[in-house]
Amino acid sequence: MTTEVAQNWEPTAEISALVERSRIVAKLRTFLTDRGVLEVDVPILGNYSVSDPYIDSFEVLNERVEGFLQTSPESFMKRLLAAGSGDIFFLGKAFRAGEIGVNHNPEFTMLEWYRVEWNEHELMAEIAELINILAPNIGCLTMSYRDAFKQHLGIDPHDACLSNLQRHVSSIAGRKWRPESRFNCLNFLFANVIEPKLPRGLVFLYDYPECHAAFAQLHCNREGQLVSRRFEVYLNRLELANGYFELTDPKEQHRRFDRDKRARIAMNKKILEEDESALAALNVGLPSCAGVALGVDRLIMQLLDKNSIQQIMAFSWAQR
Amino acid sequence: MTVYSTSDLRSGLKVMFEREPCLILENEFVKPGKGQAFSRIKIRNLRTGRVLEKTLKSGDSLESADVVDTEMQFLYEDGEFWYFMEPNTFEQYQADSKAVGHACNWLSEQDLCVVTLFNSVPLTITPPNHVELEIKETDPGLRGDTASGGTKPAVLSTGALIKVPLFLECGEKIRVDTRSGDYLGRVRDLKKIKTD
Repeated sequence: MTTEVAQNWEPTAEISALVERSRIVAKLRTFLTDRGVLEVDVPILGNYSVSDPYIDSFEVLNERVEGFLQTSPESFMKRLLAAGSGDIFFLGKAFRAGEIGVNHNPEFTMLEWYRVEWNEHELMAEIAELINILAPNIGCLTMSYRDAFKQHLGIDPHDACLSNLQRHVSSIAGRKWRPESRFNCLNFLFANVIEPKLPRGLVFLYDYPECHAAFAQLHCNREGQLVSRRFEVYLNRLELANGYFELTDPKEQHRRFDRDKRARIAMNKKILEEDESALAALNVGLPSCAGVALGVDRLIMQLLDKNSIQQIMAFSWAQR
Repeated sequence: MTVYSTSDLRSGLKVMFEREPCLILENEFVKPGKGQAFSRIKIRNLRTGRVLEKTLKSGDSLESADVVDTEMQFLYEDGEFWYFMEPNTFEQYQADSKAVGHACNWLSEQDLCVVTLFNSVPLTITPPNHVELEIKETDPGLRGDTASGGTKPAVLSTGALIKVPLFLECGEKIRVDTRSGDYLGRVRDLKKIKTD
């Protein structure tokens, strides 16, 4: 037997950070359980994967199974909601291939919850309460996506035409780079211009452009523009959570799956089978609800004032 | 030649960016919860030393830059070029004043220094951190004034102008830090300390 000690056996995080982590996770669980939200444990390995063309999953393929590590528990949770579960939360692992960096780890911990009969603003208020328990007296700002763009770039994200947005992108990007869609231009400008200027503390942005709808419902804002009822949460300028007033119309959901599929074809990405179970559940009827997914590792990283996500993970991707 | 994708760009890699050889200092993977990912890179232009921050689309690629650091001996200069020799192969390289830059203040013949070659042509010259040079010109020394802490200008054998303590005389050999241009000590004192 070899007596050589394997290299890199040590944990990535300091034990003291893991003690803090455990306390924070316990508080998250207590917060929701105390409010009558039911914890559910759903499969991490599923038959279907997310249709979003910009999210890559890990495929599991061997003689016994053909499936995907889930990029979020969304689809299973919606099946539970359709079955009458009422308010539910999931606290567990999610996987996204290729996402690695100081704010990303391909295997990460997600807290996702759904509130039946709530709208996105009620859910935002609950998130603010939760964060305030973990970080008392943290500043909080709520503004529309449009106001953020108006304030920092002087453009209306809902009306600006593609070429105008492309000009803004080209003036910042290092090379001649013209994102081919309004969606990608807006994301680029948000991440490179607005995000760095957000105040520290907690920031909620709501009423995203229609092209950001994903699984959110649409409505008209005060200016009469069609926007999606999506919101995002930033903590100290780091994207922390993403939520929707959930789409419940199966026909519209099917159209969005189709749109994602066409985008995947255009990007030469693998075409995935449509998640029929999720669609079937929607056909039976998803109750009116708001849902949010929160990156637990990022939350802990900010609360402990660490500058990389790996510093609060027992074993990061590189150490696995 | 290697081609690196944005996900392979690690600090320390040398790549071509906008036709200039650059060193990657940082590469931050940025992926909003929606849409395309990109990389925010911080790079140093190896020719000018300037540091730039650029944003690249995820999946973009950059070619590797053929940049190597080689220890060479400085031979001589002829007014136009500086000549260096690779001590193992005896191969000689000539560097222009742009490549030599500030290193010209510190190089004496026979000195070993680092020559950074880009496509086999000297791109930059890095002198040793510490060099020993002779004082060529300075005001007469104030004998015994080793404590006042005052300084005076002195011209060294290479032509460099630095500040030295008042007690030093012409002809004395001193040690200098080439990164800061600071006087470090008199060579005979430093040697004495070593042998004591």
